[in-house]
Amino acid sequence: MHRWSPYAVGAGIGVLSWISFLISDKPLGASTSFARTTGMILKVFHAEKVERNRFFREVEPQVDWQWMLVLGIVIGAAIAALISGDYGITWVPQRWALKFGAAPAVRLFWALVGGTIMGIGARWAGGCTSGHGISGFFQLAVSSWIAVLCFFVSGTITALILL
Amino acid sequence: MLVSLHTRRALQLVMGLMTGICLGFLLQKGGATDYNVVTGQLMLLDFTILKIMLSAVVTGMIGVYALRELGLVRLHIKSGSVGSTIVGGLIFGVGFAILGYCPGTIAGAVGRGSMDALFGGMIGMLVGSGIFAFIYDRLDKELLSIGRFGPITIPQLFKVSPWRVIIPLALLIPCFMLALEIFGL
Repeated sequence: MHRWSPYAVGAGIGVLSWISFLISDKPLGASTSFARTTGMILKVFHAEKVERNRFFREVEPQVDWQWMLVLGIVIGAAIAALISGDYGITWVPQRWALKFGAAPAVRLFWALVGGTIMGIGARWAGGCTSGHGISGFFQLAVSSWIAVLCFFVSGTITALILL
Repeated sequence: MLVSLHTRRALQLVMGLMTGICLGFLLQKGGATDYNVVTGQLMLLDFTILKIMLSAVVTGMIGVYALRELGLVRLHIKSGSVGSTIVGGLIFGVGFAILGYCPGTIAGAVGRGSMDALFGGMIGMLVGSGIFAFIYDRLDKELLSIGRFGPITIPQLFKVSPWRVIIPLALLIPCFMLALEIFGL
């Protein structure tokens, strides 16, 4: 069977959270690692500017636990896809192709636009669908409950208009 | 708490990687790395993402709060504000719907071979993070601090024991899941 029950997968992520709290004192999260990577790349070209930047003083451009976690997600998903025969190079997802056509350049452009907006939003809100949506939500954080509501309200409205 | 373990940096990097491999495996097996599944959730056609999230929330909530009672873990609560959490959350949702992946599942999408995730979304996230870094200082002074409410939890807000929130949620969420199944969503 390629796909597992979403309830079993969710319970597995919950148990993984217990383990990461216990052995690493860290909640599962992803988006900060992208900001750290940007800092690492910019540092190659403008080291001084990055060192003076207030954001990069708070979010240091370095490989940390969560950065390794995101790298691990790439590897773990690849392993699961390969052993289930689900691995495949695709440029344009099916639902996108039905609505906007199968041209890779158009999809890449809009993925870039969406990713840029999401990158700004994740830092603006202080987290993403993992950090706020799962880890923050189950810790009953007020900020995370509000963030998740906003993610899904604007996400649903945008998707219903767009797709 | 296992403080001596938490301070071993090199070992922690390996643990982060291993935790990530497990998480990526689960996300792929659950279908959460698939653009069609993510956008299906946002269009209210496919509730897989919500089922995964709610199931993770119930399991994580009970376990982490129980471990906290035993003094084995501490919570990591993010502080928020109206200007940051609400405005940022609404911006995030727009990008989330256009892209069709979230910051965690996009890494999994790259792993399964989605090139729009690798060459579009991931690069976009790096660009977006960079834009934010350079507007952060001004934004923080003018907007992010509006309506700040600090790192509080719902039980703290209502001044009740966490279990007064956890137990009802641990009963309500499975009922909601059952309703989703009954309605065939």
